Amino acid sequence: MDVRFINAFSEGTLNVLRTMANISPVPGKPYLKKDGMANGDVSGIIGLTGAVTGSMALSFSEKAILKIVSNMLGEEIKEINGDIKDAVGEITNMISGVARKELELIGLKVLAAIPTVVSGKGHSITHVLGGPSIIIPFEIEDGLFVVDICINRME
Amino acid sequence: MDIDKNMKILLVDDFATMRKVIKNLLKQTGYNNVSEAEDGVEALKALKSEKMDFIISDWNMPNMTGLELLKAVRADSGLKSLPFLMVTAEGLQENVMAAVKAGVSNYIVKPFTADVLNEKIEKILSKM
Repeated sequence: MDVRFINAFSEGTLNVLRTMANISPVPGKPYLKKDGMANGDVSGIIGLTGAVTGSMALSFSEKAILKIVSNMLGEEIKEINGDIKDAVGEITNMISGVARKELELIGLKVLAAIPTVVSGKGHSITHVLGGPSIIIPFEIEDGLFVVDICINRME
Repeated sequence: MDIDKNMKILLVDDFATMRKVIKNLLKQTGYNNVSEAEDGVEALKALKSEKMDFIISDWNMPNMTGLELLKAVRADSGLKSLPFLMVTAEGLQENVMAAVKAGVSNYIVKPFTADVLNEKIEKILSKM
């Protein structure tokens, strides 16, 4: 996968969480993921078309997303509820938006669908394309989350 | 510039969480008089039943999008001069152009801080 895609989604993630939740996640080393299992307890996934085709998912541990959304709303949220799912959809949308803006600057116009949110222990993530995806892990004080990208550039 | 911080703002977004986030940001900058609508259809109903001073609307919504709401507002003789701030995750150039063409007062791309939101509101009001 083109490293510029990884950088765009990684930068998008840092930008959105710093701005909306006042949290600075620490990115880890990207790696290849071969199964469809989610790395977290709640995930948002968004389809991408245009100069690339595929999908991007965000998968949060319960502790990580509770902290992020509590910061966004300015009130403590103690369980994965409707507010959390709403927020995961919106965070997915925003990260995709920032990344797509970055990709537009290098001449790649990418469009996005409406995100969907899945939650529950051991849920799976079904990417638009089959095959392996790239995981970018992130750590915050309260837990872990990952960005899970499975895209191909269109010729 | 004198800004009426008590002006009535109509906040339109299909995500309740995002409305809550933006409402918090508005509160931080002193705007407390905020009404909410879930989409363009509900927003138009609110605009017909109550006098609003400012509209902040998301772009992507079911039933009626922010762009459709903007066009409906600009086509209504009683509402057409209302300040309209479009808030969206869509920063693509052609979207910005479409909103400008439809008469948007200003445009803000998510994510944003309370300061940026306040700057945009002040910029719009200073031109009126």
